[in-house]
Amino acid sequence: MSLDILVVAEQRDGELNRSTLEAVVAAQNLGKDLGGKEIGLLVLGQNVSDLASELTSKGVNEVLLAEHDKIADYTPGGYAAAVKQIVENENPTYVLFSHTYMVRDYAPKLTTSMQKPLLSDCVRYVMDGGNPVFTRQVFQGKVDADFVLEGDGPHFVSFQVGAFNADNLDTGTSGSVRNADISMDDVEIRTKVLEIFEGVKQEVDLSKAERIVSVGRGIKKEENLELMRDLAGVLDAEISASRPVCDDGWLPLDRQVGSSGQTVSPKLYFAVGISGAIQHIVGMKNSGAIVAINKDPHAPIFDIADYAVVGDLFEVIPAVIAELKG
Amino acid sequence: MKIIVCLKQVPVKDSLLKIKDDETWVHEDDLSYEINESDHYALETALRLKEEHGGEVVILTMGADRVREAIKQGLAKGAERAIHINNESFTTIDSNINAKILAAAIKTEQPDLILTGLQTDDYGSAQTGVILAEYLGLPHAGIVMEIQKQEGSIKVKRELESGWFQSVELPMPALLTIQSGINQLRYATIKGIMMAKKKEIKQPTLSDLGLSESDVAPGSSSLKFQKIYVPKKTKQTQFFEGDPKDIASQLVDKLRNEAKVF
Ligand SMILES: Cc1cc2nc3c(=O)[nH]c(=O)nc-3n(C[C@H](O)[C@H](O)[C@H](O)COP(=O)(O)OP(=O)(O)OC[C@H]3O[C@@H](n4cnc5c(N)ncnc54)[C@H](O)[C@@H]3O)c2cc1C
Repeated sequence: MSLDILVVAEQRDGELNRSTLEAVVAAQNLGKDLGGKEIGLLVLGQNVSDLASELTSKGVNEVLLAEHDKIADYTPGGYAAAVKQIVENENPTYVLFSHTYMVRDYAPKLTTSMQKPLLSDCVRYVMDGGNPVFTRQVFQGKVDADFVLEGDGPHFVSFQVGAFNADNLDTGTSGSVRNADISMDDVEIRTKVLEIFEGVKQEVDLSKAERIVSVGRGIKKEENLELMRDLAGVLDAEISASRPVCDDGWLPLDRQVGSSGQTVSPKLYFAVGISGAIQHIVGMKNSGAIVAINKDPHAPIFDIADYAVVGDLFEVIPAVIAELKG
Repeated sequence: MKIIVCLKQVPVKDSLLKIKDDETWVHEDDLSYEINESDHYALETALRLKEEHGGEVVILTMGADRVREAIKQGLAKGAERAIHINNESFTTIDSNINAKILAAAIKTEQPDLILTGLQTDDYGSAQTGVILAEYLGLPHAGIVMEIQKQEGSIKVKRELESGWFQSVELPMPALLTIQSGINQLRYATIKGIMMAKKKEIKQPTLSDLGLSESDVAPGSSSLKFQKIYVPKKTKQTQFFEGDPKDIASQLVDKLRNEAKVF
């Protein structure tokens, strides 16, 4: 079988990263738009054949299984070398990834070693004259930029986590597992993996909070947290923050919301002085009512807000507190 | 230990961006610039490593005359010298080209460690550092939050998703892409600012680096930039306007009676 679109799956200890299925949805859509293309899903690792078998039911034509002890643990050198061989053997037109932390770490190495560009962190594509036009965000989500990929491929594209919805997976097709031969003898793994561990002990579980007041760098100074605590108090809400607020030590790390922190879905998410970078949004976008207060009318947080105020938080928040105390 | 830090200047964070009529980029004339956030942390990390283990920190940057401001700031904070590849035309949205030029400059220096930020706040491709490592044939680790120097190698803590980390060991020379928040940034001292004036800033040309214009021409890539534009809103958002008191009463009314969140 010749594969037109290859999706690279991500797993750790045999457990699939859920965003892999989003990349499969992207591949299914693109496959349809390009007139019915064969999709392969590549699983890399060691002792991951159970996962590969499971994935045959995920709506792909084939699951490629590449196993080797040099890719038992993830290293950029091992993964780049393995995927390169498989892409060269299969010669797909598109190679798709979900733009995870792991993909950030090795995909540019892989594509450079093949003298190809990587179109990273795309949020969508639209068809134009039979060819996809891909959109990625610049200026931290304030501006969109369109790109096309010319020539024969293989074209490498990664999609932002959440760009496609895994619930839209079409499981109509079922595939089979094929072993992909890789030869890793000449590959020297220079990275020694020591351990994988969880950072701070999570003292607070924000995922159960009903209401959250979340503060960003827009509060300017640590002292201004008091005002936010007052707001949280009258709303009977937990307090959380964007990354810079935790980096600066204004709030403990276990109150950070986002891709590196907690994922929350309260009934009310009240974002104050947060710009809405994607790494923050992935942690809170499934919240019920999202309120955003920001002085910049182009702040990306407004794209996902239900209720919004373009204004100075130091004027708006005291008024909101007064109104709630009413 | 010789450490090279790659710095990029980007528009300041709260800039109000205006898109050009031809949609090729934003109007740059009225923007102010600052050192890219994670690059700033890369610089701080380099300075701390030097202070602990000895050696020198060399700043490497590309861009127009304005980037001298970033260089001066870095020198004032304690870097020993800088390399400035002064040319507006080839700082492009194509990370490959940028990395190729940086790689050529780094090859002449033979550093033990190269630090970059993990991504820029303008283009945001998050690729230059990793591509650079590949061009230099060096091992790399991305999204680094902690570094310990050992004999001939380094041990680093890499960030994974959701509060998890991976620790790995790499032989030197190596390249690391640094995550914001790895440490606390210092301020330049008056003494540092005075001393910076005497520090060397080299300005190699492309041919000094053994590159020709065609090596760095964007046309050679299959990736073609088309245009930029303001994102279309996908969600229905209710905006409240007026004086703060009006805004507060409308907002609280909606939260209470429409969203019913309390
Ligand atoms: C690999 C990786 C992982 C990351 N993980 C996370 C994560 O888990 N969580 C996270 O949050 N971020 C994360 N980030 C960082 C993320 O990209 C953003 O840098 C961060 O979310 C920005 O935080 P912020 O919105 O508070 O700050 P900024 O982007 O600086 O925004 C501050 C906002 O405040 C507004 N403002 C300023 N003054 C006022 C005022 N007086 N009134 C009203 N508004 C005002 C400004 O207009 C601006 O929009 C990660 C980044 C990377 C690369």
